[in-house]
Amino acid sequence: MAISMEEVEHVAKLARLALSGEEKEAMRCQLSDVLEHAHRVSEVDTEGVLPTSHVVPLVNVFREDVVRPSITPFEATGNASWAEEGAFRVPRIL
Amino acid sequence: MEFETVIGLEIHVELSTDSKMFCSCSAGFGGEPNTKTCPVCLGHPGSLPVPNRRAVNDTILLALALNCDITGCSIFHRKNYFYPDMPKNFQISQYDIPISSGGTLEIDMGEYTRTVGITRVHLEEDTGKSVHVGESGRIHGAEYSLEDFNRAGIPLAEIVSEPDLRTPDEARKFMQLLHSTIRYLEISDCKMEEGSLRCDANISVAVDGSMGTKVEIKNMNSFRAMHRALTYEEQRQRRTIRDGGEVVQETRHWDDARGTTSPLRSKEEAFDYRYFPEPDLVPLEPDEAWVRELREGLPELPGDRVRRFVSEYGLSREIAETLTGERALADYFEDAAGKGQDPVAVAKWIAGDLGALLNDAAVTIQSCPVGTGGLSELVELIDGGVISGKMAKDVLKEAFETGNSPRLIVEEKGLTQIADESELDTLVDEVIEENPGAADDMRDGKEQALKFLMGQVMKKTRGKANPKAASDIIRKRLT
Repeated sequence: MAISMEEVEHVAKLARLALSGEEKEAMRCQLSDVLEHAHRVSEVDTEGVLPTSHVVPLVNVFREDVVRPSITPFEATGNASWAEEGAFRVPRIL
Repeated sequence: MEFETVIGLEIHVELSTDSKMFCSCSAGFGGEPNTKTCPVCLGHPGSLPVPNRRAVNDTILLALALNCDITGCSIFHRKNYFYPDMPKNFQISQYDIPISSGGTLEIDMGEYTRTVGITRVHLEEDTGKSVHVGESGRIHGAEYSLEDFNRAGIPLAEIVSEPDLRTPDEARKFMQLLHSTIRYLEISDCKMEEGSLRCDANISVAVDGSMGTKVEIKNMNSFRAMHRALTYEEQRQRRTIRDGGEVVQETRHWDDARGTTSPLRSKEEAFDYRYFPEPDLVPLEPDEAWVRELREGLPELPGDRVRRFVSEYGLSREIAETLTGERALADYFEDAAGKGQDPVAVAKWIAGDLGALLNDAAVTIQSCPVGTGGLSELVELIDGGVISGKMAKDVLKEAFETGNSPRLIVEEKGLTQIADESELDTLVDEVIEENPGAADDMRDGKEQALKFLMGQVMKKTRGKANPKAASDIIRKRLT
């Protein structure tokens, strides 16, 4: 399950990671190993087994449409490194 | 070259639930920044989303109204992207197994009808709101952005149409019908200006039957803007092709003030969303009883109601569409028409003068001061020859302003009669001129002649002259 350098670069770009050439090669090896390991699952005979997106046998877990108090803007932005008048301030986009 | 425009729409509707999709924060519009947030909608680690039953219910209802099949078991996915309008760096949405698919909505264009395919209706959460601070107010050139997550997590139903629309007119009609359909279901207030109904379009131009390159248009904030944007884009693409150029696959931004579209981003740098099943949410399996109950509870929808109004009441399609635009207005009409007067006349008064009065006063039909009985009475007064159509306009206006019944207004004001002196003067003069013999008799003091002359005045005015005022004038002239 070796993956290509292009795939590593694509994934790095999506994750907004700037990797050096060395790091890319290290990632390529490690990700290939991870995939190799995960690939073993496909060796299991799954004939007649439904696709599973969850391991818990539950469906239709709902809450009723009831409003409960929210936290304050002060609490909401408390952990933000940059806030202004109750809003999160972020660097310009693009 | 033979051109054919191909349009598909993607519509987002904010459901008017009280609380958000996955947490108990208020889903109300606006408010001071971040006053409606909690660890779930702020995406704090360890918080757990739990779906809002009513949002699921309302989405199924919408899907049924659009003739979709309800999926037995559907799941949520995470749509991953880097943009600060979602603090989690993903939006909970549905991907390859949406809650419904395969529906239709039929639009009536007058000369023809078109059945537009509905690819799917799915459920997701809305994103936060970014305010770009800087010169332009747009992303480009902004110095920084302020993020408000009050909107993040409000339930959002997404409706995707098949590329079955062929003209901007059809697209507008589709949106209008969809808008009134959703309003009939009472699941969203559908305010385009507040963003609770949003629409993006994919548009391409096929040349001699071969498919063109698709362009996505964003930022169309009204039916009018949508129509203008699609018309502009249709012309732009045709011109490009005619000039030997090539349409580029991209997303374009509609600038309503300028009346043009401009590139936002090209599909080259299109997002790779890396969808994967949301591990914090279990599948949705609406049981048959739930779906059946919703299906049976569906109201008569606007499309059906237009057809029934045309066949049952003999209305024109245009008037039927106006009256069925809002469920309450259509109910008002049916109630008024049920009171025995000509439904066509009743419909014209509602769609015309009453509609204008409501509009001017910004009053909804639910709180209209003229009841359905009053409106029916107005039509009866006109049909019975008591008042003219012209007089009826004033009567309706007064009824609207005072809340009095049209009959009462007519009686109190003596509107059935012509009491205006100058108008009567002219009438009496004519009668005297036409009946010189009787006029002479009157001058000679014969009271019989007055009765004859009065009879002539009444004949001329079809009984609408005020008798006392008219006889006073005759006496004044001839004695």
